[in-house]
Amino acid sequence: MNTAVNIAGVTFQNPVMTASGTFGSGMEYSDFVDLNRLGAVVTKGVANVPWEGNPTPRVAEVYGGMLNAIGLQNPGIDVFIERDLAFLKKYDTKVIVNVCGKTVEDYLEVVERLSDTDVSMLEINVSCPNVKEGAIAFGQKAESLYDITSQIKKKAKQPVIMKLSPNVTDITEMARAAEAAGADALSMINTITGMKIDIHRRKFVLANRTGGMSGPAVKPVAVRMVYQTAQAVKIPIIGMGGIGNAEDAIEFLLAGASAVAVGAMNFVNPYTTVEVVEGIEAYMRQYGIENVTDLIGGVM
Amino acid sequence: MAQKRKVTATVVSQRQIGGQIYDLWLETKLAKNAHPGQFVAVYPRGESMLLPRPISICETDKGKNMLRLVYRVAGKGTAEFSTCKAGDRLEVLGVLGNGFPVDKAKGKRAFLMGGGIGIPPMLELAKAMDEKKQILLGYRNKDLFLEEDLARYGDVYVATEDGSVGTGGNVMDIIKAYALHADVIMACGPMPMLRAVKEYAAQNGIEAYISLEERMACGVGACLGCVCRTTKTDAHSHVHNARICTEGPVFEAGEVDL
Repeated sequence: MNTAVNIAGVTFQNPVMTASGTFGSGMEYSDFVDLNRLGAVVTKGVANVPWEGNPTPRVAEVYGGMLNAIGLQNPGIDVFIERDLAFLKKYDTKVIVNVCGKTVEDYLEVVERLSDTDVSMLEINVSCPNVKEGAIAFGQKAESLYDITSQIKKKAKQPVIMKLSPNVTDITEMARAAEAAGADALSMINTITGMKIDIHRRKFVLANRTGGMSGPAVKPVAVRMVYQTAQAVKIPIIGMGGIGNAEDAIEFLLAGASAVAVGAMNFVNPYTTVEVVEGIEAYMRQYGIENVTDLIGGVM
Repeated sequence: MAQKRKVTATVVSQRQIGGQIYDLWLETKLAKNAHPGQFVAVYPRGESMLLPRPISICETDKGKNMLRLVYRVAGKGTAEFSTCKAGDRLEVLGVLGNGFPVDKAKGKRAFLMGGGIGIPPMLELAKAMDEKKQILLGYRNKDLFLEEDLARYGDVYVATEDGSVGTGGNVMDIIKAYALHADVIMACGPMPMLRAVKEYAAQNGIEAYISLEERMACGVGACLGCVCRTTKTDAHSHVHNARICTEGPVFEAGEVDL
């Protein structure tokens, strides 16, 4: 049985990753899961300098999911390389670094700082709707997505994954723009912008008013978008959105994802990632599937 | 630090001890490694509710692997917990956070100050401290809880907002009313109380350790949901935010901006 997948020339021992921002730097979940069992650890978004993030409350529960407006708090690339990457080096898993920025130059600075590290891939967050800088997220206009993708591709030493926002009219248009600009892969979906109001206090629950929704309630939207995008582009897709068990993960693979990531459900069950790995193996045994890649886009 | 785990705990008993206050004993191995001021996160069973609810540890019986949680029903999750009966199972993540620095009170006169649902962690703390303790408790009204348990471990003073029992007002009014003195303060309660404690401690040059709360998601330091503002750059975040679930919930009062 072969669970390995290849994305843009990088081989992952299995298709199960962590969704950026839900797994810290991996350290926070190393009490619960053996990081060596994961296809990749995708780290929390990192910028060129430390970011304070948003005021609290930053999180809220909603039916079947949650909202977050962390505001991409991060310690900056220097601390990240010294501390978090050094920690992850001890494990036999691939590392994908999620990169965020307020300007194209910010992103390029982080990309360059990572060029002489041994991280496997870069994931570019162009869709986080929480930080109010700039009028609209890079990932919400095809032209600006094309521009930032091509600029990052010129500088990046590692393959580049563009993480797409679902908060657009047609996600396949964004996917095609990223592909045309040279993106090596896509990850999707980032959170869906939502809002919650406390009717007793007549106040927004989140200090930021809006937050990104994740969790099982968004899964059908994510599966649909992965399927549509897989029809529209040739580059591989890392699928995510409410994955909490192997059945969910296999749905994404069948919809056309080459790999999957576990996000908010890490908070619900800190053992989810490894349980998804084991559940995919059990499914492959049950159906006599030799290569996990045979599942990719296998919906009929 | 002991390893964090998610375990299935068994409800040993539960009873209502106040308006919306419940007293729950769980049997779980997590009890063994629990320190005063730490917390656990309890998962609702309904699948529409995903996130675990952080609840402070009120008391442990380490010999019997038992953990006591005294909590207030504040929403759907805690309302669900309040229906639990002996023999029911609950998923619990723990033990989490850094508790009260019991060592810092060695040989000192201490105030243990609890306001409302901040009172429960004072019990395990009172049990863990050998020093003479002055235990200051603030309630809304005459629906007192845990004051008899606490009276076994120190001198208990009660304040009620409506003046129906003890000193009228809050825990700060107790200090004035009885002209009490301490060298160190351990406190947990609502934000206005903690602000007053911090100010009092600073004015009187007293060490104070306060326990904070905030909306949490992961409980293990990954999501950065539950931060508080810090006066200096935090060693982990490298900004002026510390994770209440991980660096806290107990902070030295001067470290945090309330």
